Amino acid sequence: MSDLEQFRAETRAWLDANCPEEMRQPLKSQADHCWGGRKWQFQSEAQKVWMERMAEKGWTAPQWPKEYGGGGLSQEQAEILAEEMKRINARTPVSNFGFWMLGPALLKFGSEELKREHLPPICRGEIRWCQGYSEPNAGSDLASLQTRAEDKGDHFVVNGQKIWTSYADKADWIFCLVRTDPQATKHNGISFVLFDMENEGVSTRPIELISGESPFCETFFDDVKVDKHQVVGELNRGWDVAKYLLTHERNNIGGEPPGFLKGRALGPLAAEYVGTEHGKLADAGLRADIANLEIDHMAFQALVGKIRAEAEAGQGVGAQSAVLKYYGTELNKRRYELMMDALGSEGLEWDSERTLGGLFAREWLRSKGNSIEGGTSEVMLGIVSKRLLGLPDA
Amino acid sequence: MKLNDEQQMLQDSVARLMADKGPVSHLRQLRDEHNDKGYDEPLWQAMVEAGLTGILVPEEHGGIGFGLVGAGLVAREIGRNLSVTPFLSTAVLGAAALSAGGSDEQKAKWLPAIAEGTSIIALAVDDGAKHRPERLRARVEGGTLSGEKRLVLDGHVADLLLVAAGEGDQAALYLVDPKADGVTIERTVMADSRNAARVRFDQVPAEAMADGAAALAAALRAGRAVLAAELSGLALEAFERTLGYLKERKQFGRLIGTFQALQHRAAQLSGEVAMSEALALQALNACDQDAEDADQQVLAAKAKASRVALLAGQEAVQMHGGIGMTDEFDIGFFLKRARAGGETLGDANYCADRFAALRGY
Repeated sequence: MSDLEQFRAETRAWLDANCPEEMRQPLKSQADHCWGGRKWQFQSEAQKVWMERMAEKGWTAPQWPKEYGGGGLSQEQAEILAEEMKRINARTPVSNFGFWMLGPALLKFGSEELKREHLPPICRGEIRWCQGYSEPNAGSDLASLQTRAEDKGDHFVVNGQKIWTSYADKADWIFCLVRTDPQATKHNGISFVLFDMENEGVSTRPIELISGESPFCETFFDDVKVDKHQVVGELNRGWDVAKYLLTHERNNIGGEPPGFLKGRALGPLAAEYVGTEHGKLADAGLRADIANLEIDHMAFQALVGKIRAEAEAGQGVGAQSAVLKYYGTELNKRRYELMMDALGSEGLEWDSERTLGGLFAREWLRSKGNSIEGGTSEVMLGIVSKRLLGLPDA
Repeated sequence: MKLNDEQQMLQDSVARLMADKGPVSHLRQLRDEHNDKGYDEPLWQAMVEAGLTGILVPEEHGGIGFGLVGAGLVAREIGRNLSVTPFLSTAVLGAAALSAGGSDEQKAKWLPAIAEGTSIIALAVDDGAKHRPERLRARVEGGTLSGEKRLVLDGHVADLLLVAAGEGDQAALYLVDPKADGVTIERTVMADSRNAARVRFDQVPAEAMADGAAALAAALRAGRAVLAAELSGLALEAFERTLGYLKERKQFGRLIGTFQALQHRAAQLSGEVAMSEALALQALNACDQDAEDADQQVLAAKAKASRVALLAGQEAVQMHGGIGMTDEFDIGFFLKRARAGGETLGDANYCADRFAALRGY
């Protein structure tokens, strides 16, 4: 048996023995997701046990180094773990911005001290992170951000406002872009700092979205004290970290769609609501739309696979991530539009128990944010045209 | 997927060969001189010498058995250069059909001839203006074939016709001698200046294959997958020529490539082309691996490539402006070939419909 085969066998046995039955069901909605953190209320004993057992193995962050609480797995081993988890429908034990965003940034840019301070609590699900990037006047033009951090000798004092801070009201710590050198050109005076959301002077206000939900907040900083050692990377070089993370974030798009449609095919769903005639969906237009979407998705996946293979061969993903971000999110929006086409009036019910409180309509509306957050589709096309195609600036 | 070293070498050498011996100017010349054969004979001969005509022919019959990924790499370069050869008709459709369903005797007779470039083979499937192989009208009864076929690629120069027809409730391919009594061949030059023919069969002797149904299925699968690669290569070339134009053409005192309206369309097109190429390669590989969903992937790849090639042709003409409308400028050839290649062996709507059926909705 090869090492990888043995790893697979051991992983399968461990998962079988340790994954609680309740954690082997697909999420019914995003509400079932375990975010972790100081304020987290576990929905069940099983959810708690599952997170703790996986954290103990280091498998909440399978590829992070063991000394920081990760699993130290190779790419191949991590893929095997993911396959084995999928095989039994095991839920993600815990996940938040600490795993997706801060961790990769710290691993690449953080000091040893910061890695040891912050990575283990993330892996154990103890600290939930949020991201302070956008501001009311710095959206697509993120580098024009104005939140400032003044040097007061042994600490910074932060003042300003962030917006679109995901779950700021539920998070414990924030990683935040602040201006530390107001004299420098706009990309050069920014630093990437970390602080506790319980610090004095931090306040949050949830923003209600068209979906009726409030995953985002406005976040205000009023003379917030931040320790000087909590700077990731060099002072005034925070834009490098931010850019790296945006690329990283965009790379992660391209897997399965989030939300209700995760793991669900549109064809059978449509058949349930629209009906069939002679084995075909009884709505020829919808049938063609679904087929074309699935074909486009298959083509997108083929490109994702190619770009990943090239990245592993050392050619790097770079600006290609803008291609993935653009097409991944546009496809997801199309998918939710077709879901609504398929569901008819049932998809429109806004608060019935039958629809888990308007899950369909709310997720459809939520998907509209996909092509805005993390860089709009238009910004992505700008990156592609300038950085990949070499088209000249105006 | 990513090409292995052997495949990469093939792609590089074919790219040189096609750019060198089969450029777009040859297509123009063949058209303008109303060439009788209608294909680039010196290029075809060079492809024979390079072993490319036998790319799908098993080694025991004198080929190199490189598989469909290899054939797709050749087709990609054919697409980029609009090279005119019987590669699709003979080396892909003919070889795939005979390998999959020919009797030992048929294989021994025709496969080496394909590899050696001594025979041209044409596949006749469409009975009407649209590709509908599930509802064939041509019939075989008592060993004789009657019917009418269209879009028979290289039909007027073929040494052998492979004809799709129904017998009883079974559809299969049959071997027909184009010189037999009762065969009438009308060459139909198409908008892309390529060879096709309308062929009428009136009580013509039809030779059955060992498994004519498998031969038909294999030819359609291989042909669509390889066409997806050709159309992707065509789209890539049309896109790259257009991108080059955006970087040199000035209006209003600036390069037109500085205009955001054009930048975004170029960016979208580049992504579409990349996806089309990636899916075509993946589908070809799925065929070589005999993957369970190979048919789905091929239909998806053909649908995608047909749409993307047409889009690339349309955008290329539009972004070139007035010069794109002139015959003197080559870009129009890409649009014409995109339309014709898209129609061949099932257009995007047909492929999407079959794809949906295979997925059960």
